[in-house]
Amino acid sequence: MTLAPRWTYVCRVADIVPNTGVCAKVGVNQVAVFRLVSPGGEDEGVYAIDNFEPRSAANVLSRGIVGDSSGEIVVASPVYKNHFCLKTGRCLEDETWSVRPYEVRVSEDGLILVREP
Amino acid sequence: MKLVVIGNGMVGHKLLEQIADRPDLDVTVLCEEPRPAYDRVHLSEFFSGKTAEDLSLVAPGFFDREGLNLKLNAKAVGIDRTAKLVKLADGTTVPYDKLVLATGSYPFVPPVPGRERPGCLVYRTIEDLEAMREWGAKSKIGVVVGGGLLGLECAKALKDMGLATHVVEFAPRLMTVQVDDMGGRLLRRKIEALGVTVHTQKNTSEIVEGPGMGVGGRHKMVFADGGALETDMIVFSAGIRPRDELARSSGITMGERGGIQIDNHCRTSDPDIYAIGECALWGGKIFGLVAPGYDMARVVAAQLKTLSLGESVAAQPQGEGSTALQFTGADMSTKLKLLGVDVASIGDAQGATPGSLNYLFSDEVAGHYKKLVVSADNKTLLGAVLVGEAEDYGSLLQFALNAIPLPAHPEELILPAREGGAKTGMGVDLLPDAAMICSCNNVTKGALCGAIAEGSTTIAALKKCTKAATSCGGCGPLVKQVLDAELKKAGVTVLNHLCEHFAYSRQEMFHLVKVGQLKTFDAVLLAHGKGRGCDICKPAVGSILASAWNEHVLKPKHQSVQDTNDYYLANLQKDGTYSVVPRIPGGEITPEKLIVIGRVAQRFGLYTKITGGQRIDLFGARVEQLPLIWKDLVDAGFESGHAYGKALRTVKSCVGSTWCRYGVQDSVHMAIFIEERYRGLRSPHKIKMAVSGCTRECAEAQGKDVGVIATEKGWNLYVGGNGGMKPRHADLLATDLDDQTLVRYIDRFLMLYIRTGDRLQRTSTWMDNIEGGLEYVKKAVCEDSLGIAAELEAEMQKLVDTYECEWKKAINTPETLKRFRHFVNSQEPDKNIQFVDERGQIRPLSKLEKNPESVS
Ligand code: SRM
Ligand SMILES: Cc1cc2nc3c(=O)[nH]c(=O)nc-3n(C[C@H](O)[C@H](O)[C@H](O)COP(=O)(O)OP(=O)(O)OC[C@H]3O[C@@H](n4cnc5c(N)ncnc54)[C@H](O)[C@@H]3O)c2cc1C
Ligand code: SF4
Ligand code: FES
Repeated sequence: MTLAPRWTYVCRVADIVPNTGVCAKVGVNQVAVFRLVSPGGEDEGVYAIDNFEPRSAANVLSRGIVGDSSGEIVVASPVYKNHFCLKTGRCLEDETWSVRPYEVRVSEDGLILVREP
Repeated sequence: MKLVVIGNGMVGHKLLEQIADRPDLDVTVLCEEPRPAYDRVHLSEFFSGKTAEDLSLVAPGFFDREGLNLKLNAKAVGIDRTAKLVKLADGTTVPYDKLVLATGSYPFVPPVPGRERPGCLVYRTIEDLEAMREWGAKSKIGVVVGGGLLGLECAKALKDMGLATHVVEFAPRLMTVQVDDMGGRLLRRKIEALGVTVHTQKNTSEIVEGPGMGVGGRHKMVFADGGALETDMIVFSAGIRPRDELARSSGITMGERGGIQIDNHCRTSDPDIYAIGECALWGGKIFGLVAPGYDMARVVAAQLKTLSLGESVAAQPQGEGSTALQFTGADMSTKLKLLGVDVASIGDAQGATPGSLNYLFSDEVAGHYKKLVVSADNKTLLGAVLVGEAEDYGSLLQFALNAIPLPAHPEELILPAREGGAKTGMGVDLLPDAAMICSCNNVTKGALCGAIAEGSTTIAALKKCTKAATSCGGCGPLVKQVLDAELKKAGVTVLNHLCEHFAYSRQEMFHLVKVGQLKTFDAVLLAHGKGRGCDICKPAVGSILASAWNEHVLKPKHQSVQDTNDYYLANLQKDGTYSVVPRIPGGEITPEKLIVIGRVAQRFGLYTKITGGQRIDLFGARVEQLPLIWKDLVDAGFESGHAYGKALRTVKSCVGSTWCRYGVQDSVHMAIFIEERYRGLRSPHKIKMAVSGCTRECAEAQGKDVGVIATEKGWNLYVGGNGGMKPRHADLLATDLDDQTLVRYIDRFLMLYIRTGDRLQRTSTWMDNIEGGLEYVKKAVCEDSLGIAAELEAEMQKLVDTYECEWKKAINTPETLKRFRHFVNSQEPDKNIQFVDERGQIRPLSKLEKNPESVS
């Protein structure tokens, strides 16, 4: 039996500076939530992965630089600069460092909600 | 599917890594040792200071994932194949659908009476090494039994501990398996020259109480030929035996002389049980190296993955003709440095192939011995032995592995190059795509070429993308050759593009930004780049924007391009905390300000350290503490030290003429003046400066980007110095300058560098690479040969005039302060940050010390 999904309110979309991340507490988890905006200024959605970065064992992914690598949207760990795919959590350099992606949704009035795993 | 893996050694762990992306497998790992997998191959580095943690093969968080259950100190003692249960020493059982035996091997200790005496040790685990270290500390003499590969490595460890070291070998020569008679003789001579005594053809018949009272002869080894040797400790390294006891007691088919028999799919006689690594016997052979074990792990991982997808066992590859991944033997060629002596052995080193012929080259003066074993028709290389010099190992191995036709005179492959004549080499172009270049990581030439074609055009990128050359590193030179050859073929010349998003060098970008009056990263990207940018071009463009327009790095429109250091105006440390470095211009500080720093550190519980740059670093600050810390510091008159920025760091000074009896100018005064002039200046890389009060140079100005040394008449100006990874002495740019000229020259020099330097290029490498070199820079700075001196000075003056302390600004800007918190939706601090006391101050807990529970 699975329980009904629990969604945690994180912040408003407008609270996140375009193309940066914030760290949110979602249940017992630390989640890095990123807001993407195109160079032209259109909102391109919100992504969430673990904030914990396995290689350094530090809770820092929300503080990484967001960008793309061969078309894939990624964040670079601020510690050792290894890259994580924002959609899947996959670490491009070494898959054993991959992290979990989280389901995330933006309500009509611009609230960001992250689902507990 | 329930999978149980017995043994978490090198090979067992490789298997886990291979299946880590499959949460559908429910895996239990039984690890007899007290710690998870570590790097046995580099075990001896434990003696040169590596810790158990350094040797760990386990990526942080690896075992935290769901469905992966690691049991430490858990020895399997039996397998019930009917009930499909593994029994543990503590009486519990674990059920399995599939079982993998990765139990490795144990060191063989010959059944010599007395071998159980204290101080008789073996060499396989970290605990063994701890025991060796403990015994080494209370011994003077040490003996290694066994003159093979491991024995010699072990001898080095004993020697490094300062013991009189002996190697006792049963056979007539050292390294029987890998080298031949002549090579063995040379190896022996070389090793004896290093002070290790070698005894060959010695059969130990017993070990008894030695005459030494305590140290200097605790034991006596008695040999069958009547001789004897006194020693304090003995390490047995006389070969390995597979740990096959579990398989044996559960009725799985074994080899005649031990080892768990496996087929090409690494399956044992029980189809639900696999064996991999050093416990497995394939084709009558045990492979005592890690690479074949890794191959086996990959073979099993591939099968487990298909199985867990629910495919029926019947659909599994069965016959030998199947195309699925199989283990089909392994090459046992090796290259090592033993006690500083290069030794390599390839293929049929002993010339056992019928009809094979040898080429020999021996240079007893230089101490080189080389042998080629070729086929009867002189066309293919079957094997080789290299002692003393093994540079050609990589290419010889390729000749042998890929049966590349030998040149007309194969001897030239081992003869030293004559002056003038280039050595006959093997162009990497000759290699087939299937040639294995990196055996540790299973990377072929074809894979390398593919990665290069897709844009990995540097060694670093290739390593990252293919993993080649990231383990033992032995294939490094060959990887480089393949890369160079491929680039040459592609006619590649320009490689200074910033990254995949900008096809320009930093210098070109600087120009584009200036000319186009571009003020934000997005504007630069839309005008000249593609995609979204990345962690390389974003900070680089951010730095260019700061150098060009001196816009506050904290402005929201620049926020997303800053590296975390610039974002939080502090230096990120390994555990996610930050360090704080207030500016202390010229290294001069009042007692009052020292007390303020001390108070702030006390109040926030920070670790303090004097840096190599004459100032004080405060470590261990959490993001949410940074503004509070800086409020106290700013109130007391401190400014940001920009330790976090690619910017001016410190201007080091000596005490100079005010106090020093030799000083000829006031170096402290000048240092403070310069530091205050250029503070906050953003540049391609960090900039360091120093001012010395006389030619004795106590401020080490010639090791700085900008160095100033006092003379009787004024100041000498040096540029392009560097400490760090590749030290460079600064070049003298101008002599006997008065104060004003000195500053104008520094202005010009710095602006020229900022305009034309490459990303992360210090002034030293910039000077080395700039066309025209020192003369060009000298002319441009001192003679205004480019006619831009006034422009450069004006640009610098503008930056100086618009300087503001970033921290002062930050703590007074509520919008900026918002970012200094760990959670966006909670006031809690990050519980993963934990400290302990060391020497009266805090230090972060290491990864292993941390409680994994605290991660979330
Ligand atoms: C704190 C300090 C060590 C200390 O405790 O003394 C230090 C710490 C770091 N150094 Fe350094 N270096 C420190 C003095 C030096 C010095 C000595 C000096 O400045 O006189 C050198 C050699 C001189 C030189 O740079 O020419 C030095 C050569 C380096 C290098 C090699 C640079 C090179 O060109 O080869 C790096 C790596 C880099 O910059 O790429 C580096 C990088 C670093 C980094 C940034 C590494 C990192 O990314 O974490 C360290 C973080 C700084 C921090 O505050 O967290 N550090 N580093 C010193 C800070 C001085 C200061 O007050 O600002
Ligand atoms: C000092 C040294 C230097 C070496 N240098 C090189 C080198 O330069 N190049 C190279 O290729 N190879 C080298 N090797 C060999 C290499 O380390 C091995 O080939 C490799 O470790 C084999 O891996 P494995 O997983 O099969 O065995 P191991 O790494 O030995 O792992 C087996 C694990 O299984 C555990 N285990 C056994 N039985 C049980 C049980 N019943 N229950 C639970 N756990 C159990 C053991 O405790 C062990 O942790 C070296 C070895 C040593 C000791
Ligand atoms: S450099 Fe000269 S002035 Fe400065 S401390 Fe040394 S001797 Fe004295
Ligand atoms: S062969 Fe060991 S790293 Fe490539």
